[in-house]
Amino acid sequence: MKNHSAKNKNQVVLAVASKGGHWEQLMILRPALESFQTVYANTMPGLAEKNGLFAHSLPDANRNSLFGIANCVWESMVMVRNVRPSLVISTGALPGLLTLAFGKIFGAKTVWIDSVANSEKLSLSGKVAGTFVDLQLTQWEHLAKGQTKYLGNVL
Amino acid sequence: MIFLTVGTQLPFDRLISAVDDIASTLSFDIFGQIGVGGIKPKNFQYSENLHPSEFDQKFRSANLIVAHAGIGTILTAKKYRKPLILFPRIARLGEHRNDHQAATCDQVTGTTGIYIATDANSLKAYFHEGKNLLPPSMEQSRPRSEIINNLRSYIAGNI
Repeated sequence: MKNHSAKNKNQVVLAVASKGGHWEQLMILRPALESFQTVYANTMPGLAEKNGLFAHSLPDANRNSLFGIANCVWESMVMVRNVRPSLVISTGALPGLLTLAFGKIFGAKTVWIDSVANSEKLSLSGKVAGTFVDLQLTQWEHLAKGQTKYLGNVL
Repeated sequence: MIFLTVGTQLPFDRLISAVDDIASTLSFDIFGQIGVGGIKPKNFQYSENLHPSEFDQKFRSANLIVAHAGIGTILTAKKYRKPLILFPRIARLGEHRNDHQAATCDQVTGTTGIYIATDANSLKAYFHEGKNLLPPSMEQSRPRSEIINNLRSYIAGNI
């Protein structure tokens, strides 16, 4: 069995989610992350403390604010450079996508989990993530197709 | 107290009227978050849009939740273990852009503590059952156990 307690810098998992439903879903998945040395990030200072966690703070970015996106691009890059994760996982939204992209660039494995709210089609961020991540998950069995996998859901 | 929520983004007249009708004949203590732009109930108290902390407080003090089939509502009802009646929005009645709420209901049908009502009569029947409605169980759902276990294995194999 692999020894996950080793404080090897190469074994850090970086888990990122925006405030709200994205973060709620990441917290439901927390038991899967607790076997590993995991660093969390979200978009609302104080939010992680409610879960008894520390989290890095990223600016909240969405498609409608170019400045917000630019700021988040920079901050997520700095964070990935500092944390040096060997795996990045995100339940969305855009800040998670950006962090996954930098994770990929810096050699980490990458996992996108599309929100369970997307039962008709994948989110736009999810589709973009699908072009480069190592594992792209939907939480709806009927949306699993090709590289888009279904491995369960948080309901 | 029964807490009714239809989210904050879209009105949901069919559900509000159905609950208002029930409230007109029976003495239930009901509070509703009814969203913006729809009809206003006559027989129970409401707010168009509660602050998140007020929403949380109402949710926690309720003993039954009646709601549109929103994901956030389902996750919160499970977290606080509140019996939940879901009333899905229907696209052809202009209640949402698509029928993903019906798809959500299909997915959670049979889950302990979650009840599905598709019209005013079935909703009324659940109101009458009231205290007999079970809360969601502590037990983790099968799909939730699956995603947690699968994710743990994937991470273990990839770092």
